[in-house]
Amino acid sequence: MSTMTATDMRVRLGGAVPVDGVSLRVESGGWTAVLGPNGAGKSTLLRALAGLLPYQGTVTLDPAPAGRGRRELARVLAYVAQQPTLPPDLSVRAYVLLGRTPYLGYLGNPGRADRAVADAALDRLELTGFAGRRLGTLSGGERQRVALARALAQQPRVLLLDEPTSALDLGHQQQVLELIDRLRRDDGLTVVSTLHDLTAAAQYAERLVLLDRGRVAAAGAPAEVLTAARVREVYHAHVSVRSDTVGRPVLTPVRPTGDATHTDALSTLSDDESRANPCSTRTTGSGPGHGA
Amino acid sequence: MARALRAMAAAAVFLIAAALLGALVGAADLTPWGVAATLLDRIPFVHLSTGMTPLDRNILLQIRLPRVVLALLVGGLLAIAGAGYQGVFRNPLVDSGMLGSSAGAGLAATVAIVFLGGLGGGAVPAAAFLGALAGVSVSWFASGGTRRGALDDGTGGATATLLLSGVAVGMFLTAAQTYLMQRDSQDLQQVYSWMLGSMATATWTQVTEALPYAAVSVLILLVHARRLDVLALGDDEARSLGLNTGRTRLIVIAAASLAAATAVAVSGLIGFVGIVVPHVARRLGGPSYALVLPLSMLIGGAFLSLADTAARTVISPAELPIGVVTAAVGAPVFVLILRRTQAVRA
Repeated sequence: MSTMTATDMRVRLGGAVPVDGVSLRVESGGWTAVLGPNGAGKSTLLRALAGLLPYQGTVTLDPAPAGRGRRELARVLAYVAQQPTLPPDLSVRAYVLLGRTPYLGYLGNPGRADRAVADAALDRLELTGFAGRRLGTLSGGERQRVALARALAQQPRVLLLDEPTSALDLGHQQQVLELIDRLRRDDGLTVVSTLHDLTAAAQYAERLVLLDRGRVAAAGAPAEVLTAARVREVYHAHVSVRSDTVGRPVLTPVRPTGDATHTDALSTLSDDESRANPCSTRTTGSGPGHGA
Repeated sequence: MARALRAMAAAAVFLIAAALLGALVGAADLTPWGVAATLLDRIPFVHLSTGMTPLDRNILLQIRLPRVVLALLVGGLLAIAGAGYQGVFRNPLVDSGMLGSSAGAGLAATVAIVFLGGLGGGAVPAAAFLGALAGVSVSWFASGGTRRGALDDGTGGATATLLLSGVAVGMFLTAAQTYLMQRDSQDLQQVYSWMLGSMATATWTQVTEALPYAAVSVLILLVHARRLDVLALGDDEARSLGLNTGRTRLIVIAAASLAAATAVAVSGLIGFVGIVVPHVARRLGGPSYALVLPLSMLIGGAFLSLADTAARTVISPAELPIGVVTAAVGAPVFVLILRRTQAVRA
């Protein structure tokens, strides 16, 4: 169980500032979803939280990792990229076993205990029957589960997931989100994820952080963050919002009514697109550390 | 595990068979029993009657065996270097020849021989190593490899750019080397023989001079095999797993360059071994570098030994440059790998 606190994070990439003064706190065992339109800085924020980009500000984990090195951090925090590279000829078991890398010696040979942890991760995600399959033969949903299994094999306390449901159909999206929620509840994992689907984010995450051009436009419970006005302001999209039986917002896109309204929406959209930050390029580096 | 054992056993058998063939085939008519007995007789306290004439014994021990052993060594080094480069650059189409490494080694070795001959034969692999590092570094920088995210470019553009850069750098360095060699020798055949590779002048001295460098480079590469598996996941995920990607890359490039340079220093430029053999190793043993590296060594040694045997017999008593044989086999396989890679990407 781990609490993650990010304070006043700022990331500079070339001449752009895709993350500009973002603060968030994720309680132990909680799920915070980072939302925002394309180019808002979601993925950049997640990569910075994972220590993969240099940043200003602080990120602390409580309890802190045993040391300040990359291996110690990897034993606490697991990151899954938006489109993880799955070498097509590698077997599922061999790929999940790579999640044990932070625990291996210099030669990097996994022992019996490491294989047991990897097998347990496969079992947890109902992938035992897939262990011998080549990664290139898996479907989209299966690939996401395998990527999660690899992250679980790290035995982390914090999971950082970048668009875990991207390129998945509705059924697989729900399957993966249910899986993450079950892992969070059963294993006490702290989850920070980026998500495109606002309704899905509202259904599963306890807290939302809505980014707009690198800054926090709103943060809090889903019902507080996802209002029609705020969605129109940040996404330049028209939605209707209703509450489900447990008070979580459900968003439905609606067409703007009237020619004037439609024209206004289009001109507002084109103005804001021209002011939007450019997409970030991937960089290497490390932040000031993740100690308490 | 079973697949790994089978693959290693098959590669070992292939190596032994290639070595025996190399020892048996040639102008002198040697028998399998004679060869085996001569080798066993070298073991302390073992005395066997070989049935071979002193001339045949000398041919075997001083001419043929050093040639076979050198071919095994050079083939193994070129193959493991190629596998190392492929792991570091996440690119199945690179080897020391494609990255300017071999050409850099060749130029540096030539400079060492022509201008620094007094340093002794053992210094040539060291000079070749520095030249190999310089060659691959220039190719890397010229291709924009220092641009952040260059290796994670999934479009294939980074592959083509790196190859083009390596070929351009290699051609330039080879041209410089050719000029130097022609300045000091009027014998064009000797120049081109070196450029296309040859085992014809193999001696035990060359083997013993190359061995320390070979041992160091192979050991370092094998130790880093599993790190190459992690690197295959992409820089972000590798670093999120605790790997120091920059340090790993530097160490593997240095070790692969030392292996390639050692091979070039004793045998000249031999192409395609480092591309073709790791590909065969992957088909045999799977994608993990924990197996690809040692398999590549065994298969590469066997392949080059067979190529050398073919080179000295197909137009006997004349000899083909060994690079002609490896290119004749390797170039079509390279095209097949290229097409397969493009098909997978599509």
